[in-house]
Amino acid sequence: MYYAVIVATLVTMALALLRAVRGPTVYDRVLAVNMFGTKTVLLLAALAFVFGRPDFLDLVLVYALINFIGVFAVLEFFRNRATRAGERQPAQHE
Amino acid sequence: MNIAIDIASWVLLTLGGVNLLIGGIGVLRMPDFYTRMHAASLTDSMGAILVILGIMLQAGLSLATVKLGAILAFLLLTSPTAANALAVSALLAGMKPRTGDAVQRTNHEADA
Repeated sequence: MYYAVIVATLVTMALALLRAVRGPTVYDRVLAVNMFGTKTVLLLAALAFVFGRPDFLDLVLVYALINFIGVFAVLEFFRNRATRAGERQPAQHE
Repeated sequence: MNIAIDIASWVLLTLGGVNLLIGGIGVLRMPDFYTRMHAASLTDSMGAILVILGIMLQAGLSLATVKLGAILAFLLLTSPTAANALAVSALLAGMKPRTGDAVQRTNHEADA
């Protein structure tokens, strides 16, 4: 029942990792990591029912929270770095 | 009755899986960052709804369904917010969305 979703999620996570590796700009990588985190949420939710242990769902909820906060932390870091780079010399962006 | 629930959740789960794949391929093939973000947030919202609804049908009326509902609500609230924050910070950092040729052509016709 769940194998289609699990395989689809794993393939999507692999594609997201490929984008993270190939992504030219930093924001592509942040996007890929965010997508990877969300797919982990779905994968864990499906696995919770494959293993028949519904208490995995607490893990899923915590992971969704942390993934969300993580994206904002990384974006904040890049924003500070952009402003710091802006002071020294104008930030070049392709 | 049980068969109907199984079939319905199987359909939802498969559609969710297909949606995830479409988003994953979209992230790779899209030319520009902002179009890639569209593909990624596509899976975050629609894929999550389908998959988690499919699992909720399987869980039936239990605590797991309540937890899944909380997860779905949280995902639907946060993934668009994260995508928006990502787009805004990319735009502020100076990443221009790549407008197609159509926009330049209409500008020329307007000037002529």
